[in-house]
Amino acid sequence: MASINEFVLGMWEFVLGPLAPITQHLIVTSMWIVVVMISVILTVAFTTYFERKVIGYMQGRIGPNRVGPLGLGQPFADVIKLLIKEVIIPQKSNRFLFVIAPLLSLIPALATWAVIPLSDTFVISNIDAGLLYVLALTSVSVYGVILAGWASNSKYAFLGAMRAAAQIVAYEIAMGFALVGVLMASGSLNLGEITRAQAGGFSHWFLLWLFPLFLVFFISGVAETHRAPFDVTEGESEIVAGFHVEYSGAAFVLFFLAEYANIILISALTSIFFFGGYASFFEGWTFLEGSILAWLMAPAFGWLALKTCFFIFVFFWLRATFPRYRYDQIMRLGWKVFIPVTIIWIAVEGVMVYLQIGPWSNLTG
Amino acid sequence: MFHAILFYCFATILIGAAMGVIFSRNPVHAVMFLVLAFFESAMLWLLIEVEFLAIVLVLVYVGAVLVLFLFVVMMLDINVERSKRGYTGYLPLGLVITGLMVIELMQIIWWRSSADVASGGFVPTPEGYSNTKALGAVLYTEHVYAFEIAAVLLLLAIVAAITLTMRRRPGLKRQKIAEQVAVKASDRLRIIKMDAERQE
Repeated sequence: MASINEFVLGMWEFVLGPLAPITQHLIVTSMWIVVVMISVILTVAFTTYFERKVIGYMQGRIGPNRVGPLGLGQPFADVIKLLIKEVIIPQKSNRFLFVIAPLLSLIPALATWAVIPLSDTFVISNIDAGLLYVLALTSVSVYGVILAGWASNSKYAFLGAMRAAAQIVAYEIAMGFALVGVLMASGSLNLGEITRAQAGGFSHWFLLWLFPLFLVFFISGVAETHRAPFDVTEGESEIVAGFHVEYSGAAFVLFFLAEYANIILISALTSIFFFGGYASFFEGWTFLEGSILAWLMAPAFGWLALKTCFFIFVFFWLRATFPRYRYDQIMRLGWKVFIPVTIIWIAVEGVMVYLQIGPWSNLTG
Repeated sequence: MFHAILFYCFATILIGAAMGVIFSRNPVHAVMFLVLAFFESAMLWLLIEVEFLAIVLVLVYVGAVLVLFLFVVMMLDINVERSKRGYTGYLPLGLVITGLMVIELMQIIWWRSSADVASGGFVPTPEGYSNTKALGAVLYTEHVYAFEIAAVLLLLAIVAAITLTMRRRPGLKRQKIAEQVAVKASDRLRIIKMDAERQE
């Protein structure tokens, strides 16, 4: 990060040069924040297209193919359609909370990207409590949903909000426990350190050693984002569309954006925690050295992007495959299956760490 | 300078939010003001470079405790008029408590500004110092017993809270998950083989 910042400073020397170091730092960091935010929002746009295509092909359809080549203009057509629609604020709603609720669900989804190490040199904020920061922000995102349901002053919305809140609270615990396993293995809360702890090839990824925790984390992530098969908060057949039933136009777009930003985030986090983040698949394939394919071994942003795309695909795959869970079964799965599984695996991991079996044997300190 | 401006911004919002908790008529608004107040105090902690505590404050209070608050407050249909009745009766008690707290605060401020306590304001931590690492280093070594006792106390509280709800209620309908999982198609569905009937 420091080297990239210096490069940017060098390029804009004639503007930034005379400013104080702290102002320079502020300007460069804000610029990166804007860059990452816009990239996430653009990714969200194409994720919706990706979803419709994946589900389309899985159901024997073609999916969107009318707007632009291969239908690639579809997300923009959707956004424009939604933005020029009227935003209706129900008369008996709580106006202020009704308006800020979508923002409260979007902000945490975007803010979490600050600590995600996108490549071995790029992370906006390299803080030591990164994993806690991620957990704190995911737990804050529940406010948007609860407030939206309450402020709409509608029974369906309120039921959806209650379901969403109970679901998030339940799965957050399992998720937190799964991450305890990750931080035991890496010995750090810093996401960059966690990635570096998995360096050295496929066998060093936490996937192999923490497989149950990986399953728990990813499935909890699907539940946290209210995606199928855990989408009882939306439950079209029972409560119409859940917490955002009263939202229209731009306000609805924000909820939509938050949902997809969260999907991308969970996919990226899963890749970082269990799949080595930006580490290459071919790391440690020494026979590639010196050949044309040597670049395949280097860590790069592309690897993280590839892994993230795969998990986004898994999200849609799940949606196309499974019917919706019953509400009480969701609660049972979260509290009575996932939490015991994580606790048991943490104990197993403790034994493995003690006996020096596994990737943590080469940890320093 | 920059530091001071940030501090006063956050502190002003914090005090404003705390006032909002007390003065807002709608309990949901009050909870949201409390959320803001916690966020601002986390910001103040970040300013003195204790990022671990700041993030834990948000994680525990905003992410867990206040969500439950919000839950309860939303479910209850609180009648503001009725709860305002008899409000002035508590005024003397309130004044006494306020007086005590003001005196305590003044004492702390005086004690801080006295000669024998260094009051050079905030000293930035050295480069490479990590609050998270520093806390971790002492939490599980020097203070391990206190830490574990606290954990056991919390576990006890959880168990106690669950036990309170575990009373026997007659006529309760329960899901028997084991039976549901063990069910086979043949238990629910009977396939009958029939000869094809011919229309005469």
